[in-house]
Amino acid sequence: MSRKRIVVLGGGTGGTMTANRLRRRFDEEEAEIHVVDRDDRHVYQPGLLFVPFGLARVEEIVRPRRRQLRKGVVFHENEVESVWVERDEVLLDDGTVLPYDVLIVATGVRLQPEETEGLTGPGWNERAFTFYSPDGAAQLQRALERFEGGRLVVNLVDMPIKCPVAPLEFAFLADWYLRERGIRNRTELIYSTPLDAAFTKPIASEHLAGLLSEREIELVTEFNAGEVDGVGGKLVSYDGRELDFDLLVTVPLHGGAPYVERSPGLGDALGFVPTDRRTLQTPVKPNVFALGDATDLPTSKAGSVTHFEAEVLTENVARYFAGEELDAGYDGHANCFIETGFHKALLIDFNYETEPLPGRFPTAFGLPLLRESRLNHLGKLMFQWVYWHALLPGREIPGLGPAMPMRGKKQTTTHA
Amino acid sequence: MTMTLIADAPVDVDAEGFLTDPEQWNEAIADAIARENGIPELTDRHWLVVTFMRERYLATGAAPSIRALGKESGVPIKELYQLFPKGPAKLAAKIGGIPKPKGCI
Repeated sequence: MSRKRIVVLGGGTGGTMTANRLRRRFDEEEAEIHVVDRDDRHVYQPGLLFVPFGLARVEEIVRPRRRQLRKGVVFHENEVESVWVERDEVLLDDGTVLPYDVLIVATGVRLQPEETEGLTGPGWNERAFTFYSPDGAAQLQRALERFEGGRLVVNLVDMPIKCPVAPLEFAFLADWYLRERGIRNRTELIYSTPLDAAFTKPIASEHLAGLLSEREIELVTEFNAGEVDGVGGKLVSYDGRELDFDLLVTVPLHGGAPYVERSPGLGDALGFVPTDRRTLQTPVKPNVFALGDATDLPTSKAGSVTHFEAEVLTENVARYFAGEELDAGYDGHANCFIETGFHKALLIDFNYETEPLPGRFPTAFGLPLLRESRLNHLGKLMFQWVYWHALLPGREIPGLGPAMPMRGKKQTTTHA
Repeated sequence: MTMTLIADAPVDVDAEGFLTDPEQWNEAIADAIARENGIPELTDRHWLVVTFMRERYLATGAAPSIRALGKESGVPIKELYQLFPKGPAKLAAKIGGIPKPKGCI
């Protein structure tokens, strides 16, 4: 084939993995590969959860983006101004125009705390925090150190959010942390969510709600936060309910990257990119693909999802160039470890059709699913090494393929 | 799924009373579901939201979330909660005769 040009927007989990996989797939005569990102800081995002509790420091979870890319991938440290879909071109903030044969959107999400009234006003980063950014997580760490008890409210403003289990994990770890510090009996811990249960999927929700009540964490459901008073310490829902707090840990609203809104036809109202749920091609044009948190797919916004998508996406870029039919192989597969404190964790594994079930992963002899265990906690800790050394370079990991395994799962036919 | 009578019309509903077939819907059904859920009369503002939800569902196969509704319907989120107390997206979907919006994942 004639030399193709592939432009990848975003040098995070999805962009890096995809660029590296494509670089292995095509030699430099076949394709040039460009990656664009606005900065050179690649954050290992699962690590952010541990920062507030002093279990990780920000410097330990950030590495240069450039260094994660294979030789022969061109890195541009630029903001994307917009994408001209009809002309197959990307405009960067310094005026550079990057023409492409294939475009891959992997710019993830941006946090929008300013969209919730009062959240970024007085009290932001003093009494109201988020651990979803490196800076926020570091500020929260200092605040928790000073915390001497009172009402600690954990809140997620609205879905979709990255890693939907993370706010629950935060609540579990906070319970553990406060007990270690001997101030748990002086702290009321509240978990408030706009969902009608602890989590989005029924069977996992029941397990997680059970864990919350065991830990004496109050669960407040269908709470749609509309307003924050960071000085008076009040979180107010759209229907007028109030939650008082001494410390608020919130997961702010998420939207797509700003350039998506500046690129006609590319995204939806919230800046997410409509994407085919099986092939990862976008309906806007056949040579535009998307993966990871940037898409509108009905699965979790999580690194595991992005990893499974990257395999299908790489294959489909090759098929697109060859003029072949695309592989409809992505099934919505996601899995995540859920830290529950006290050196234990839960593991869940699911896809578009199958909700998280009990059993073991990936086979009957693997890690326990939906059950607290030390093994899962160790799995979560080990994962950072796997991330930098196997996942991002795009190596195959045995037992971790895009199709969700059913082998170790206990199937339930009825469910209350 | 069960069959029931709403405003004298036979319709299929799920366990929570959402119509499972949008084709079976009409405006009298909308009025009846609204009254049953504490909205005595559907105003123009209610209808704007209900129609927007319904059209979006029929065009895309998915009902918009409350945030998308606030951004695109022209009715701010605060007002949506005044019009449809508790869960605006859910209640507007119910009145509009479309399936219950799936919570995100």
